Amino acid sequence: MTLKNARITDADIKTHGLSDDEYKKILEVLGGREPNLVELGIFSVMWSEHCSYKSSKKWLKTLPTTAPWVICGPGENAGVIDIGEGLAAIFKMESHNHPSFIEPYQGAATGVGGILRDVFTMGARPIANMNALRFGDPTHPKTRHLVRGVVAGISGYGNCVGVPTVGGEVNFHPSYNGNILVNAMTVGLAQQDKIFYSAAAGAGNPVVYVGSKTGRDGIHGATMASAEFDANSEEKRPTVQVGDPFTEKLLIEACMELMATDAIQSIQDMGAAGLTSSSFEMASKGGMGVELNMNLVPQREEGMTPYEMMLSESQERMLIILKPGKEELARKIFEKWELDFAVIGHLTNTGRMVLKFNNETVCDLPIDPLAQASPEYDRPWVASQKLPEVAASSVKDVPWRVALTTLMACPDIASRRWIWEQYDHMVMADTAQRPGGDAAVVRIHNSNRALAITTDVTPRYVKADPFEGGKQAVAETWRNITAVGARPLAITDNLNFGNPQKPEIMGQIVEAIKGIGEACKALDYPVISGNVSLYNETDGKPILPTPAIGGVGLLDNLNHMATIAFKDEGEHILLLGQVGDGWLGQSLYLREVCGEERGAPPPVDLAHERKTGDFVRALITGGKATACHDLSDGGLLVALTEMALAGNIGCKLEGVSGHARLFGEDQGRYIVTAKDAGAVEAAAKAAGVTVQRIGATGGSDISLGSEAVGLAALRGLHEGWFPSYMSAKG
Amino acid sequence: MRAGVIVFPGSNCDRDIALALEQSTGKPTKMIWHQDTELPELDLIAVPGGFSYGDYLRCGAMAAHSPVMQEVKRRVDKGVRVLAVCNGFQIATEAGLLPGVLLRNKDLRFVCKDVNLKVEDSQSAFTAKYQVGDVIRIPIAHAEGNYFADDETLKALEGEGRVAFRYCTPNGDVTADANPNGSLHNIAGIFNASRTVLGMMPHPERLADKKLGGNDGRALFNSLVETLA
Repeated sequence: MTLKNARITDADIKTHGLSDDEYKKILEVLGGREPNLVELGIFSVMWSEHCSYKSSKKWLKTLPTTAPWVICGPGENAGVIDIGEGLAAIFKMESHNHPSFIEPYQGAATGVGGILRDVFTMGARPIANMNALRFGDPTHPKTRHLVRGVVAGISGYGNCVGVPTVGGEVNFHPSYNGNILVNAMTVGLAQQDKIFYSAAAGAGNPVVYVGSKTGRDGIHGATMASAEFDANSEEKRPTVQVGDPFTEKLLIEACMELMATDAIQSIQDMGAAGLTSSSFEMASKGGMGVELNMNLVPQREEGMTPYEMMLSESQERMLIILKPGKEELARKIFEKWELDFAVIGHLTNTGRMVLKFNNETVCDLPIDPLAQASPEYDRPWVASQKLPEVAASSVKDVPWRVALTTLMACPDIASRRWIWEQYDHMVMADTAQRPGGDAAVVRIHNSNRALAITTDVTPRYVKADPFEGGKQAVAETWRNITAVGARPLAITDNLNFGNPQKPEIMGQIVEAIKGIGEACKALDYPVISGNVSLYNETDGKPILPTPAIGGVGLLDNLNHMATIAFKDEGEHILLLGQVGDGWLGQSLYLREVCGEERGAPPPVDLAHERKTGDFVRALITGGKATACHDLSDGGLLVALTEMALAGNIGCKLEGVSGHARLFGEDQGRYIVTAKDAGAVEAAAKAAGVTVQRIGATGGSDISLGSEAVGLAALRGLHEGWFPSYMSAKG
Repeated sequence: MRAGVIVFPGSNCDRDIALALEQSTGKPTKMIWHQDTELPELDLIAVPGGFSYGDYLRCGAMAAHSPVMQEVKRRVDKGVRVLAVCNGFQIATEAGLLPGVLLRNKDLRFVCKDVNLKVEDSQSAFTAKYQVGDVIRIPIAHAEGNYFADDETLKALEGEGRVAFRYCTPNGDVTADANPNGSLHNIAGIFNASRTVLGMMPHPERLADKKLGGNDGRALFNSLVETLA
């Protein structure tokens, strides 16, 4: 075989992000032959952190991924769970951090586009988008621009494709100043007997390219996403892809139409590393070989080389293996939707990836050896230092009205209305619970059942104690799903960390994954899909460790959905699950009111979590609770204020006082309102769940003892921060 | 009532409005592909919301020139009712079925939220089951919903009672604060001269079901069924 090419230089190896050891491995895989540039490019993306999970694989394997309701766990484009009645929910969350920092609109937009494709490629119609966003200090000169761009990008893409963006979370912290996080999640619905996988089969079967044409955009996106940032990162702007949501919408409809026929053997979207990873992974999973004629790839620009075509990350493209003889049927569907369609090759029995261009072989790689030699590192790690518990007596006890008004207007608690009003959160006409509650609730079309969806993590807890913080992130999603009355079923995880080659960062990764795994096991709440984003550092400074969790649960009967809003005057307010005296370490009270970030975060007692949550869910489905809200950032008084604002009804509190009780962030707690408090108390007692009456709804204030704050003033503060921040100059 | 929904590439509220219609008619809604030039017999044609052709040239401009719109215009001439919602309203103005244009929202952002609408007419096939002065809550979701027309057109619309809905406060006051997008005269929906075409930016199909938090939109679909039976 002749493979014409210039010799690979040390500089080539370096610019492809490969280490010397990794290059030696390449030579081994090729039996001593040097790769050409196309082949080097393919190795570089397939072995990048982004595609190979080489630093995290060892630890990801420890996560629980099975349950009787799990149809497909990690390893496919997205995870699949059984939600009854022959239906499956398919979901995943994925990061688009580096591109979004460089070009926030397109970075965020293509993040949404990519995760949508991961879900509909499996046969699911996307029914909901979510996101988890982290920005730098609000006073940092770039933050406002990044917030505006990311929100506009998510809105521009999601609104146009017609999938509602139903919720998410947003935090601000200086550690994200040079490295924001944009994590996007999509949930889709499929018939269980119409799920499509990516393992290629059938030598001779046609390999079909559909969607947009291939351009020079996004070349090396996967390797960029696997490196640290520095002051020159913005020069990488040309590697950011440009999204076209209109084409994506057509692609969804065309794929759905083709999937309704019996033409597809396997299918995968072209995501990171585009044509390389899709063709390589499909062949690898199926134990097949593949031969492609690069001249047949639909191209947007003239004179593209095979190297560019293989590494392009142009958006809105899919690769399909058709069953024999189905080419014309498929072609007609894609032509109807005015999308490109090209048979670019076929499967083989050789186990090799062969690329032809101008009648010459430009790549000939053994697929299995390349995949099996994929590096897997057991990187050194150190356990994080345990921080001391913060005694409430060591924390300044600020008058509660001052603390409450400060917290309601702080960047991490202030209303996100400015953001979610830019997202079409109602298209598809099944949004039963809109943004602003504990979890979004999206009805399963034409039924009275619904999915509850949430994304959560508290990065300051994870930084202070990665293990407890990992547990807490999972528990909080479980709690949020419970608080609307749904049964939590499974999670997707999006693990955002710094440079894994630093032992202390690797320690955060290891311990957070252990914490996530422990919570998943205790709550019967497996991980079914996920994504890892490492090297989130700028000039050597890492982000807060941010393992974002996306949780999905099932509401069997929409008539029993709880919301956070107080419903009526004169109802009892009950606090469920309080055990300690109020945990102030790492609380927002400590940070926002006292200006300190210190101590151990609140621990999560998973047995208590489960017992309390199961009890609360039963209260809701039994019709005994009129409203429900879990307690998280800001603690009791913030949660009560959110409930009061949502219902426009105040409350009068008794029997609770002191900063630790009012603002502590102890885990595993809920507030419910009830007409019959006695019934709730009796049931709680029987279930062994702590319960305390803490007041009643009514009036137009939050009132405690002889002091009160008006709801109107609190609403102004809570709703005012975001619009006024975004409208300021700079 | 025989209802059909036009589906353009990029329409994304077609299924929603088809379902809302089915719930009132009790019959399946016909889905009509934009390249179809032969339409079935219909009493109502809905032009749905979404981003036809990606809204890439100008909202509604390309859809207005698609083959099916020629046939829709012929049906309008025969008296068939057309309900044009959101992107449909934009298409209807671009196609000349309704006067005026929809500009970028005054704050230049997409906005999705419930708004209050004051019902200004109860004589049309679309609004028969409302009372003049009713305040209804219906969601909007658009970036270009800022209704603009020249003085003469506005005068004609107002003088002929062709404003169907106006943005208002929960109490029914038509104020600048209640105007979500800068529309002249707080206009949210208008009729053509014969009141057979209604264009509106708010989405009645999104709050036509109590499970979704309200059903003020239901009366619009029920009005059509009752009038056009």
